[in-house]
Amino acid sequence: MTTSTLTHELTERELGRTLAPRPTVGDAITQTLAMAWRALKKMRRNPEQFFDVVFQPLLFTAMFAYIFGGAISGSVSDYLPIVIPGILAQTALTACIATGTQLREDMDKGVFDRFKAMPIARIAPLAGPMVADLVRYATAATLTILTGLAMGYRPDGGLTGVIGGWLLTVIAGWSMAWIFTWLGTIARSAQAVQGISMMVMFPLTFLSNAFVPADTLPGWLQSFVDFNPVSHVVSAVSDLMNTGQVTSEVWIALGMCALVVAIFAPLSLRSYSRKM
Amino acid sequence: MNSSAPIHPAERRTAPAVVAQGLVKTFGDFRAVSGIDLEVRRGEVFGVLGPNGAGKTTTLKMLATLLPIDGGRAEILGVDVAREPHRIRQLVGVTGQYASVDENLTGRENLWLFGRLQGLSRKRARATAEDLLGRFGLEEAGDKPISQFSGGMRRRLDLAASLITQPPLIFLDEPTTGLDPRTRGQMWDTIRELVAAGSTILLTTQYLDEADQLADRIAVIDHGLKVAEGTPEQLKNSVGSSTLHLRLEDAEQTARAAALTARLLGEVPVLTPESGGLNVALADANQAADVLIALRQADLGITSAAVRQPTLDEVFLTLTGHPGEPEAADESEATTPQPEEVH
Ligand SMILES: Nc1ncnc2c1ncn2[C@@H]1O[C@H](COP(=O)(O)OP(=O)(O)OP(=O)(O)O)[C@@H](O)[C@H]1O
Ligand SMILES: [Mg+2]
Repeated sequence: MTTSTLTHELTERELGRTLAPRPTVGDAITQTLAMAWRALKKMRRNPEQFFDVVFQPLLFTAMFAYIFGGAISGSVSDYLPIVIPGILAQTALTACIATGTQLREDMDKGVFDRFKAMPIARIAPLAGPMVADLVRYATAATLTILTGLAMGYRPDGGLTGVIGGWLLTVIAGWSMAWIFTWLGTIARSAQAVQGISMMVMFPLTFLSNAFVPADTLPGWLQSFVDFNPVSHVVSAVSDLMNTGQVTSEVWIALGMCALVVAIFAPLSLRSYSRKM
Repeated sequence: MNSSAPIHPAERRTAPAVVAQGLVKTFGDFRAVSGIDLEVRRGEVFGVLGPNGAGKTTTLKMLATLLPIDGGRAEILGVDVAREPHRIRQLVGVTGQYASVDENLTGRENLWLFGRLQGLSRKRARATAEDLLGRFGLEEAGDKPISQFSGGMRRRLDLAASLITQPPLIFLDEPTTGLDPRTRGQMWDTIRELVAAGSTILLTTQYLDEADQLADRIAVIDHGLKVAEGTPEQLKNSVGSSTLHLRLEDAEQTARAAALTARLLGEVPVLTPESGGLNVALADANQAADVLIALRQADLGITSAAVRQPTLDEVFLTLTGHPGEPEAADESEATTPQPEEVH
């Protein structure tokens, strides 16, 4: 240890520059933002990346409302308050899948070798695209809400309630994206990420209260639904938009999001660093 | 060699640019690098020469912290590679074998991004990008997406990207593979300028002439082992300084011509009897004249004669007893009888 310190100091003196032992938090933030800038440029040049977050909200809102509305709630307008929070959660989750597959695709490119060879924080190449993807989650949330409003949804929570629901959707999307980022760092190919992600996403969305009230389900399923973080996000968004109240569900949902990040961010970082 | 001997910093005033002792890399059961020692002095160009699959890229990647070191140890400018990767990354600029720039960005944006990532202010990052685009003749292409770049432009941008923070040490993995002769010459000039400006360069190549043109010292590696090390002169002398390539008018006479040449030079020629070809190593290029005169006197006509520098294949054949590149193997089996068989 001491000999190594000695020589690097000697080298520093000779070169007239200091060698940081590790990146600081400030460095990590600047680097993450630079990586986000890169991802945004990429999005602008490949607008087809917005396909899922533009068409899915339009299509799913209309489809679910007209197909299940009558059966589940008696009418489309009665079903909208239930289904809009569900679709918000679902589109955010779908947008997350793209975060994981794109990362995997990106990691196979030559430029990642350069990122690895540069003295930058290991988190930056992972977190940068996720910051940029906030744009995608925001687009998905905005379009879902607008489609709902156009179809006659009149949220009782008012403007603040709707903004709250929108914000929570974006936060939840960003948090859940860490699960898919982790899948992106462990899978062998982008297709594999896509496949595994689908298997993760379907139970998460359909085994929740996103599209049907949980009390219509058999008991054993209800316990999973109650535990599912997506259920809490849906309930919280629903509370915000339909009542305007910051209920305990909102805090539970935020807690769940924090928990997901606390588990999957370190896992992603570890498997990304090990890949090199 | 003495792979376990520690490097004592107290014993020297300035650390060498690179010291590697007994480097090992295994992929599963396969040893891609099996105990390589290297010492690169400051300010020199050190060439790692080897055929496809020799372990050049793997060695370079271990030194650049891109692959974990499985055995042995390495220091760069006195800093331990395995223990202090972040410091190593501040000392080394790496230009990989395959272009490592972002396809979705323009040349200018690429350089700006790499500058920002390495702590330059927005303004400095922009100025550095401009400066490098100018130095590498890419000003006009600066705003084109990389997908519209030619291979040579990509390579230059890649090298430019490695120089943003002016690292004291530069690694170049096969910097001219796939470039046309003119672009290759330009790349060589650029590398010479870097050396003149005080950089230390570790480069890999498959071409002896490239190592010869650029490197002060060369290590030849094959199957993950170092098989020779020395200056380009020393290496070439180990296989004869040049080779005389002859083609006889009458292929039937090849054996006679070979015997004559062998008597004259004390060196056994390599033959291609079907086409009347005869290649022989020359200790001194002037010996070519002696051979030609002797053939004329013996009434052996030739259709072509050329004196060439030894190729990597010949260096390999001499150093390792097997042909260098797999592609060349078939051909050389047909054309080069092993020296033992000729005797
Ligand atoms: N990630 C890997 N997994 C398994 N084997 C590998 C891996 N990387 C390299 N190898 C093997 O290690 C050996 C050395 O590879 P390396 O890329 O270092 O060769 P090289 O000298 O750079 O060759 P080239 O001139 O073709 O670039 C090869 O046989 C290669 O197949
Ligand atoms: Mg290689």
